[in-house]
Amino acid sequence: MSRWRLLLGSAAGLIIVAGLIAAPFGLKPYGIYILTLWAVTTIAAIGLNLTLGYAGQVSLAQGAFVGIGAYAAALLTTHGWPLGSAYVVAAIACFCIGWLLGYPALRVQHHYLAFVTLAFSTLIYLVFRNEEWITGGIYGLSNVPRPSLFGYPLRSPRDFYYFCLANLALVSLAAWWLIRSPWGRAFVALRENPVRALSLGVDTRRYTLMAFALGSGLGGISGVLYAPLVQYIDPTPFSLLLSLNLLLMVIVGGSGYFFGPFLGAIIAVLLPEWLQAASKYYLFYYAAFVMVLLVVSPSGIIGFFERRFTAARKSAPPATPVGQAKVA
Amino acid sequence: MALLEVRDLSKHFGGIHAVEGVSFDVNEGEILGIIGPNGSGKSTLFNCILGQLHPTSGAVRLDGRAVTGMRPCDLNRLGVSRTFQLLQVFPELTVRENLILAAQEHKGSMLSRLFGARDVGLTGDANRMIEFFRLAPVAANKAGALSYGQQKLLDAAMAFMAGPRLVLLDEPAGGVNLTMLASLRDRLEAINREEGATFVVIEHNMEFVMRLCSRIVVLAEGRIIAQGDPADVRRDPKVIEAYLGH
Repeated sequence: MSRWRLLLGSAAGLIIVAGLIAAPFGLKPYGIYILTLWAVTTIAAIGLNLTLGYAGQVSLAQGAFVGIGAYAAALLTTHGWPLGSAYVVAAIACFCIGWLLGYPALRVQHHYLAFVTLAFSTLIYLVFRNEEWITGGIYGLSNVPRPSLFGYPLRSPRDFYYFCLANLALVSLAAWWLIRSPWGRAFVALRENPVRALSLGVDTRRYTLMAFALGSGLGGISGVLYAPLVQYIDPTPFSLLLSLNLLLMVIVGGSGYFFGPFLGAIIAVLLPEWLQAASKYYLFYYAAFVMVLLVVSPSGIIGFFERRFTAARKSAPPATPVGQAKVA
Repeated sequence: MALLEVRDLSKHFGGIHAVEGVSFDVNEGEILGIIGPNGSGKSTLFNCILGQLHPTSGAVRLDGRAVTGMRPCDLNRLGVSRTFQLLQVFPELTVRENLILAAQEHKGSMLSRLFGARDVGLTGDANRMIEFFRLAPVAANKAGALSYGQQKLLDAAMAFMAGPRLVLLDEPAGGVNLTMLASLRDRLEAINREEGATFVVIEHNMEFVMRLCSRIVVLAEGRIIAQGDPADVRRDPKVIEAYLGH
């Protein structure tokens, strides 16, 4: 059974990856742009899924970290630095700021923590808007150049798309490794029962801060890619709305499931484009969908399918008699 | 020198003196029972010893070294483990993962836990523990899918996973049926005998305590009112009064 599942899973994975690689050949530049935006957004959502989905720490600040990454990239690259330097600066800065933002989480939880991170998000937005000397205020920063890789310029939409897709692949592999490592186990323990985890030697303080720092760092990396994608940065996209949107992506996709953020980002980034025909009513359909989904399956789309799958398996006759499990 | 020394430990919640001037020793290798009516301060005492609560005054020493107010995770890594009154397993992790988690922080560094082996080399230990607590048929199941009795066994197994020197068990027999109870007592006695682990057990089930423990401390209204071997304690008029009222 599990071997079939593995085979089916890897076949589906191969088809999806092949589809993602082939996609730009059948798409107009705008389509490629949307697909690139999906890849970039997914990186931020993967980060939030680490913080929220695995470690159970609510954050309404992920959008702010995307903003910090984007501004770092825009500032550095318009001053002639390569994008690689922005990568390092943004990842380290967001990691450190995320670590500091984790401290309130040691004292408050759930919606109180949401409020603390919301305040931080608003604060960062105000910095973007008001500190004109560095961020350009509401006029923003324009002419953000596309990067080049080993001297090869990634100017065309297709080349830049592949660059972002490669980034997504690397981030996914790193996240996969992390989740399956003892750290991932400690994150889940932190989410499910911090008091018990603490009594088993798990330094919950360190893991909480680490969950925030790592998630925020990925938010920063997402921003570093966002800036050269849109090539013009102003404060508006990094308002609280982005944080809420990322939160919704993680929850709709399936919080605490590896593929949750990928699906969630499809719903939030690609679906509006497919629903262009119903443009006026798009938000209406989207809101209705989210409400129905969360009533039917609070664990998101992946949770919904997982439950269907296990239910189907349970209705089949069990391989071993249930009574055997009893302890004498 | 005693393994664990508790000296003049008090814990006040506002005007309520939940624990008041409690002193006792736990010797290496013994099984000490702590009994007392509901609300006599047993669990609060545990939480103060283990750093979950900060005692208002008093001291806790492990091997003569002050550990008062030390964080539970640091204390755990010194070899002091516990179970809780209500069972506490991680429902979304499998039985084996629960056990590995219970010992992984005792090995290596943060970095080696990120880049090293997934199981931190603990699969063998986990399997032994699964065998010992007879959880083999459900080893790959999520802990949340186990029966109450099995979760209780897993809960105890997790406390022993890292090979602790001292284990504090808060009502291990609570809600466990008679066959399971005998099995649990056998496991605890075997670990005590073979691994030389020291136990402190809070329990309401008198039969269980009297048969398991070599010495008993009786708490009432936050104070120790009697201590000694089980037979003496059972006959003590102060103990009978505390349990039956005036």
